[in-house]
Amino acid sequence: MATVTVTPQRGILRRPMATTGFWSWFTTVDHKKIGILYGISSFLFFVIGGCEALLIRSQLAKPSNTLLNADQYNQIFTMHGLTMIFLFVMPMSAAFFNYLIPLMIGARDVAFPRLNALSFWVFLLGALFLNSSWFMGGAPDGGWFAYAPNSTTDPGNGMTFYALGLLITGIASTVGAINLAITVINMRAPGMSLFRMPVFVWMGLVVQFLLAFSLPIITVALFQMLFDRRWDTAFFDPTRGGEPLLWQHMFWLFGHPEVYILILPAFGIFSEILPVFARKPLFGYQFVVFSGIAIGFIGFGVWVHHMYAAGLGPVANTAFGISTAIIAVPTGVKIFNWMGTLYGGDLHLEPPMLFAIGGIAMFVIGGLSGVTHSIVPSDYQQTDTYYVVAHFHYVLFGGAIFAFFGAMYYWWPKVFGRMLPNRWGKVQFWILLIGFNLTFAPMHILGLGGMIRREYTYPAALGLTVWNQIASIGAFTIALSVLLFIILVVRTQLKPAGLENEDPWDARTLEWTTACPPAVYNFDEIPTVHALDDFWHRKYAEDETGRLVRVPAGGSGEDHPGGGHAIHLPSPSFWPIVVSLGFPLLGYGVLYSWWLVAAGALVIVIGLTGWALEPSVAE
Amino acid sequence: MRTMRSRVPRKLLWVVGAILLTLLLVGCGKDLPQNTFNPAGPTAQSEKDVLMVPLIIAGIVFVLVEGGILFLAIKFRHRKGKERMPSQLHGNTRLELGWTVAPAVLLAVVMVPAISLIWKLAQRPPDAMQITVQGYQWWWGFQYTDQDMAVSYGDHGPITTADVMVIPAGRTIDLSLRSEGGGAHSTDGTPDHMVIHSFWAPRLFGKQDVVPGAAGENNHIVFSADFPGTFYGQCAEFCGLQHGMMKFRIVALDATDWANWVQARKQPAPTPAPGSDAEKGMQVFFGQGPAGEGGGQCIACHAIGGAMLNNITAQSTAAPNLTDFGNPTHQCFAGCDFETFIDGNANLPALRAWLEDPNAVKLGAKMPDYNLSQQQIDYLMAYLYSLSN
Repeated sequence: MATVTVTPQRGILRRPMATTGFWSWFTTVDHKKIGILYGISSFLFFVIGGCEALLIRSQLAKPSNTLLNADQYNQIFTMHGLTMIFLFVMPMSAAFFNYLIPLMIGARDVAFPRLNALSFWVFLLGALFLNSSWFMGGAPDGGWFAYAPNSTTDPGNGMTFYALGLLITGIASTVGAINLAITVINMRAPGMSLFRMPVFVWMGLVVQFLLAFSLPIITVALFQMLFDRRWDTAFFDPTRGGEPLLWQHMFWLFGHPEVYILILPAFGIFSEILPVFARKPLFGYQFVVFSGIAIGFIGFGVWVHHMYAAGLGPVANTAFGISTAIIAVPTGVKIFNWMGTLYGGDLHLEPPMLFAIGGIAMFVIGGLSGVTHSIVPSDYQQTDTYYVVAHFHYVLFGGAIFAFFGAMYYWWPKVFGRMLPNRWGKVQFWILLIGFNLTFAPMHILGLGGMIRREYTYPAALGLTVWNQIASIGAFTIALSVLLFIILVVRTQLKPAGLENEDPWDARTLEWTTACPPAVYNFDEIPTVHALDDFWHRKYAEDETGRLVRVPAGGSGEDHPGGGHAIHLPSPSFWPIVVSLGFPLLGYGVLYSWWLVAAGALVIVIGLTGWALEPSVAE
Repeated sequence: MRTMRSRVPRKLLWVVGAILLTLLLVGCGKDLPQNTFNPAGPTAQSEKDVLMVPLIIAGIVFVLVEGGILFLAIKFRHRKGKERMPSQLHGNTRLELGWTVAPAVLLAVVMVPAISLIWKLAQRPPDAMQITVQGYQWWWGFQYTDQDMAVSYGDHGPITTADVMVIPAGRTIDLSLRSEGGGAHSTDGTPDHMVIHSFWAPRLFGKQDVVPGAAGENNHIVFSADFPGTFYGQCAEFCGLQHGMMKFRIVALDATDWANWVQARKQPAPTPAPGSDAEKGMQVFFGQGPAGEGGGQCIACHAIGGAMLNNITAQSTAAPNLTDFGNPTHQCFAGCDFETFIDGNANLPALRAWLEDPNAVKLGAKMPDYNLSQQQIDYLMAYLYSLSN
């Protein structure tokens, strides 16, 4: 109904037309459907990564445990990290960016809809490729950081799967980053100047640049690792003139911006939720935006703080200690501005707001332990201990995952036309908050008490059994909360769609001017933007005393006029998924047979040719 | 901001502060063998001390910010039925500049002692005792490279130990860190590789990575132990399958014990009495003589200083040096996977399990299963526990 029906021209394949039904999900180029696909897949990997975490915590629940052996444990902790970072937090951010950025900037879709589909399918197939290693001789077991030369000399195929899997998902992220950056730069509605963009869009833009600049570094490193492993090169082999630390430099030069790739979307989400539920604008919008940009820049200059103990010498350690301290400043600015947003507000403590405030409160703890990492000499003690595990879980779980839950409660009505239950949402929040702190707070003590990371068991003589047990109980409490969330989602989705009020939170940004869920074409008419928080200003005006008064309904003249008949939208396409299928074939080929490499390459070439020759239906 | 002065947050501050203090006190438990907050030497002490001021500031910021968030969330929460449109405050540039600059200044102040300590810890005093630490997959070796620490026999090489580093208390020690490998092969043929390890004894010193190749050549640790005692340590950088079981002990001795230990270690390993089980064990170890049939693989990897049978010596450095295995100071074996003595008595069951099948004890261990008979194992154990001067 969205597209004008025209007889398709001939390409290699007839262009698919269906925009509804099961199979339409495989050919869709609609940013909203792709966002949902990203969301469902990454949540699935969240559950898988969570199960891996439960296995870790079960193994560590008592000293000298034999539930898992060293080999199994190493695979599980490696895959827990890889899954949570590359297969959950990154694609879940992509889910929200995909769904929301076009809606927030008043666009009908992203700049390159078929590329968008490509990046999703490459991600999913890369993720499945990586996880298929479980059934093909063992998963990666060298840690997500994969320090060479251990990772290059590690027996088995696990770390080769690691290199190939991350190369494939890296393609997905690169494609997505370019697409979304161009979308934000080029596709904004009239009047949507850069400084009228919601902070979430801003953080999205920064993240896409971080991806575009950091992924090439890890790509080079992964290729070198792959060649060392598969074709006996010596990039990281010290016995043949290679340099082990080269890997660490490249990995962390990617890896630290990656940390901000993971957390900036959460900063964006907090900055959207707080003003809506405080019913006042974000305190110091410019400061929040600029501190986000500053974090993006400085994030490229702190990588050696992962390597203080590597022996780079006092000059390097001094310089990176200082830069690590500096990055705390813009991060602190954001926290204070969020507190400024709360100040004097009328705080509606609905689930999105609870998750946002809770997430900020937890992130602060991770931020403070992060500042202690700039005290280099004491970091010689803390690095590679559970203190660091505590730190980054407070930052990433406390920041990103709390933000995601808040975002899901907040935008659920927008995406699915149904509200997640408020009361149970609050219950889920409190269980998560308690479980989270039970799990990760004791890890500070574990680390300072001398427990190292990545050890598959510890002796009772270490004297830290109690804290490990508390952490394990906490992990299962988190699992309970996630299970409750899944139940809530299933129950909500079984109910018929339909909202009494299509603006249930009295929101501020453009996505809420569309229907719930939005029509395929998003906006009946591309809106003209007059201000930051444009939707809010359509609903409220200031009277002569400066107080806000509600503008009478319909007063803005931009409510749904219905229709949208003659809106041109890109048609679905088979080709993104065809091209994507070539990558895992290439991957298995590198591992097992040149014939598969040839087959994969052929699929990609055919796919790209078909893509290039694909007729545009609406011409 | 006048509304900030309410009764609610002050109570809250106390509660949060009390919780923090409890956590900190518990974390300071004196009995933990790897407690970084219970230093036993100047290096660990300085690394702990330099953290204290930042930690206290972080604690204050924690209480203020978390208390502030909680206070704001409670104070300004929406009350049912009270529809209220808050004043639309967009920001306050002066305030925002303030909370940008203030933390920056605070951090700059905090960084000064930290940076000066970085440089202090990097210094290598010329009169320090030199020990080379060798990281293997997955155990530690120690070579005492000072001239007055050479053994009295053979090639007069350095005193060498494995798993346990014995030091004189109070003496400054300079550790050179080396990654080794390439010698031993596990049952499935996997060799031990030169990989990155990290050397760490929490009560004595923070970590320094053991990096193979040119980049790691100058990696070192300078430390000393304030008093005699046993200090736990382990590899802190993931180095493969048994990273979790790559531990070591540092035993600090007083002046007399140290002198005796050095004197004993300079002597060749004792020769077993003729006809004893230990002598047969030595034959198994060397693969010589009547009891040695089917044995003999031990010397392919292990060294026993000064031991000689039929003009064959055991000098390989591919596996832990066993010269001092029977000395109770040598507390543990196989990356401290098991204790060699329990309450002063030989831990025969653990050693037997190890000799029967090393991989069943420590998965992936580079020592293969040689299918020794129970008789051979008995002899070997007698020999190993006789190795003490």
